[in-house]
Amino acid sequence: MKNSNHLRISLSENAERMGAVGVTLLALAGCAAPARPNAPASPPDAITTPGDPSRGRDVVMGRDGNCLLCHAIPETGARFMGDLGPPLAGAGARLSAAQLRMRLIDPQRSNPDTIMPAYARIDGLTRVGKAWRGKPILGAQQIEDVVAYLGTLR
Amino acid sequence: MNANFSTFARAALYVVAGLGCLGNSPSATSASPMSNALPKSGSTYASAEIRALQADDASNPGMLWVADGQALWNEVAGSQAKSCAQCHVVAATSMKGVATRYPQIDKHATVPTLINLEGRVNFCRIRHQAAPTLAYESPALLALTAYVTHQSRGLVRRLTIDDESRAYLQRGAALYQQRMGQMNLACTHCHDQNAGKTLLAEKISEGHPNGYPIYRLEWQGVGSLHRRFRSCFAGVRAEPFAPGSDEYLALELYLALRAVGLAVETPAVRR
Ligand code: HEC
Ligand code: HEC
Repeated sequence: MKNSNHLRISLSENAERMGAVGVTLLALAGCAAPARPNAPASPPDAITTPGDPSRGRDVVMGRDGNCLLCHAIPETGARFMGDLGPPLAGAGARLSAAQLRMRLIDPQRSNPDTIMPAYARIDGLTRVGKAWRGKPILGAQQIEDVVAYLGTLR
Repeated sequence: MNANFSTFARAALYVVAGLGCLGNSPSATSASPMSNALPKSGSTYASAEIRALQADDASNPGMLWVADGQALWNEVAGSQAKSCAQCHVVAATSMKGVATRYPQIDKHATVPTLINLEGRVNFCRIRHQAAPTLAYESPALLALTAYVTHQSRGLVRRLTIDDESRAYLQRGAALYQQRMGQMNLACTHCHDQNAGKTLLAEKISEGHPNGYPIYRLEWQGVGSLHRRFRSCFAGVRAEPFAPGSDEYLALELYLALRAVGLAVETPAVRR
């Protein structure tokens, strides 16, 4: 997928049913959503372009991603950084783009009891506040941007 | 991570789980923590400056609310033109230890319901003063509850679980374990598993209620435990319950169980 310059993640009925994992699997497969023969009209597609590291850095440091709540990223020079999760220095060397993406989309895959939120998830959640209901924490493009940024942490 | 505390949390849960077996027992059960695993007050996790602010009554801003509460205690209210002091006389003796036993079941209600100290104050206003109830978070209710709870400062929290409160306790324990909000986190994830760690800039404590009503610098004032709940719900982007709701009361009761053995510090100070 790193090589595809115009990745199209279709939030088809199928992907929706499988939730974040569905999107992940499509992304990991490195291809656009398979156009199923009898696929019903799908909701608006999320179209992503290759991730932009500097936009990703903004997401990570800003209120959208809020990653510094739990992770230290020394490169950011931020004044406050949490330590509920491991420091992310060197994350791009330790993990592939696919692994980073999976970590953001469905962290419970690597640790079912994780406290890290699933950034693409909208289903199976309880009492989501009105302002956030039905929305994932990050959009598909933002996730690509964050993956690109994390990739630069070597 | 605090191994001692998670041992206690497990013990507390065990107590809650075990309560189901006592369903037919008419006698009350006193829950107490395991002796070797004492809960730690939120003050333990606060900075030295904040602790100093709390320790000195002359600099503790929460004492202003306590003073307001004392004035209200002596003020007549309602169509009966009665003050708290006319019934309870000297708070230092009559209110000593009272806050350590709340929340508790209100036996006077037609249907036994759980009430906290806020609920008790309002009960007295209706029943004995014929005065309108005070709204949650109103300056008067904060001042009166701060004043009454302050009379228990230094006394250890206790809790009696009876047939009526057991269901609330179980509900509170379940809520405490429930992942919620867009961040999909439960109270236990922060306050049991990650106490002592830092969330951006805040040291996470074990989430005990023993300093409430509390003065928070961020609030520039005193706030109730239910206001703190609101902050934590907002933190995980969850829809809050209403202050004084059964859900918050159930959580408050469960927190009281976790805090058995901790001394009351009201008014505590936080950042
Ligand atoms: C509420 C806490 C929390 C937040 C917020 C959070 N994480 Fe994490 N993260 C964790 C924890 C804890 C781990 C350790 C593994 C586990 O338990 O899942 C982790 C692990 C990771 C890892 C794997 C690190 C490694 O070396 O294996 C990456 C990458 C990561 N997080 C990225 C992010 C990014 C990017 C964001 C924001 C978009 C973020 N996290 C937000 C808690 C969090
Ligand atoms: C994402 C992390 C997180 C979650 C989840 C969370 N809290 Fe908190 N909580 C905090 C932080 C940070 C503070 C402020 C620092 C402190 O006092 O612990 C706090 C403070 C508190 C306090 C005040 C402690 C004191 O000494 O003043 C209580 C009580 C509390 N939380 C209860 C809860 C309850 C009940 C829930 C679940 C409904 C919950 N928290 C969920 C992070 C969290």
